[in-house]
Amino acid sequence: MNVPADRKYAESHEWARARPDGTVDVGITDHAQAALGDLVFIELPAVGRKLAAGQASAVVESVKAASDVYAPLAGDVVAVNDEVVSAPEKVNEHAYEAWLFRVKPADPDALSKLLDAAAYEKLIG
Amino acid sequence: MLKQTPLNAVHRAAGARMVDFGGWDMPVNYGSQIDEHHAVRTDAGMFDVSHMRAVDLTGNGVRDFLRYALANNVDKLQAPGKALYSCLLRPDGGVLDDLIVYFLREDLFRIVVNAGTTDKDIAWFRTLLAQHAPQVQLAPRDDLAIIAVQGPHARTKFWQALPGTEAATAGLRPFFAADVATAFIARTGYTGEDGFEIMVPATRAEATWHALHAGGVLPCGLGARDTLRLEAGMNLYGQDMDESVSPLASGLAWTVDLASPRDFVGKDALLAHPPTQALMGLVLLDAGGVLRAHQKLHTAHGDGEITSGTFSPTLGKSIALARVPAGIAAGDVVRVSVRHKQLASRVVKPPFVRHGKVLVE
Repeated sequence: MNVPADRKYAESHEWARARPDGTVDVGITDHAQAALGDLVFIELPAVGRKLAAGQASAVVESVKAASDVYAPLAGDVVAVNDEVVSAPEKVNEHAYEAWLFRVKPADPDALSKLLDAAAYEKLIG
Repeated sequence: MLKQTPLNAVHRAAGARMVDFGGWDMPVNYGSQIDEHHAVRTDAGMFDVSHMRAVDLTGNGVRDFLRYALANNVDKLQAPGKALYSCLLRPDGGVLDDLIVYFLREDLFRIVVNAGTTDKDIAWFRTLLAQHAPQVQLAPRDDLAIIAVQGPHARTKFWQALPGTEAATAGLRPFFAADVATAFIARTGYTGEDGFEIMVPATRAEATWHALHAGGVLPCGLGARDTLRLEAGMNLYGQDMDESVSPLASGLAWTVDLASPRDFVGKDALLAHPPTQALMGLVLLDAGGVLRAHQKLHTAHGDGEITSGTFSPTLGKSIALARVPAGIAAGDVVRVSVRHKQLASRVVKPPFVRHGKVLVE
């Protein structure tokens, strides 16, 4: 399965990718979207919300089930991707492009503590 | 160890996502569940439902026995091949299972029961047989595979894919079956679309599946089967009704024959306890989530609970079946607790969709 090396991963199947300005985009992995099936509803956190690492921050619902998306790192939500709210299937089609929310990390070093691509690939077997 | 149908290897080779469904290793989808759903609404799809169990009852007095054992009245079955949907009740009126019974001959009726309830159903039938009809033989047909072929083009593609079946089944009306020597073919299903359910010996399951696939019938998983049956307003045993509820509180009063003088298991209990709840449909009006089983709903007449909920691919909205207090009627708006929110839903009378057409607002 496709696991790009340009970002980090959480064991709860989120990806986190640093942007040039130091903010971090968060999405769910291709493995996660495949397990969930066709997504039909996405709820994103409010811009300005303060997230703790591991906190349930967004909800993705497929035809089968609802699933929480956990913040891979602590920080403030600075933007959300409204495109995936109006077209949740974009996450199924391009899980690594369709980011959900953007965080300004509380700890600039937090990203380095997440799994790298090889470790995540090992996790999902 | 999960049980496997004769088509298990075919599903795995096709890359299906497999799940534990009542102890069976079953395909939930082969790719997009929504695409599979639309294939059945607009063209033709097929499901491996070999986990369901056919049970043959043979001998003298089968009809008398079933007249007593089932909540629906098998005297509605007079033409050979005719099928009837019925609940199997406990003496206290709880629903042991729902099933289809086919009348083939006076000394042969075939019943098809759910996978997860097969063992308890057979045990119950054996208990009743010992008391009321010891001469009747009961034979679980583990040797049969069952494939449901459903959709507006299902019959046409079925006849093309399986030469020799058309002559025997072209004249079959809905809810009739034909035993055509090499296969048992019924014009029944669980999707709200036209089609056939075919039973063949397990040894011929793969060849039948491949022929249908080559003939343009799309393999579909249990995921699509669930959204299709819910749109069609059909109950799922264990979810929309079970041993703890009356069929009269489960939208199944139409299947319970209380009018005839006939006695049947559970009848006294049903007469003694009129239902205080009903099973109705819901259509989500607000954005903000998807209706799911076990969500609570709040009405002017008291609280209720969703028994099955999903996103309806045909309506493009979330729909549900819910157990609601008596007094709630179609057109009412109720509030459903979805996570931290209360979302408005309109009460409707199921089905939501039949034969490709949306029937609710």
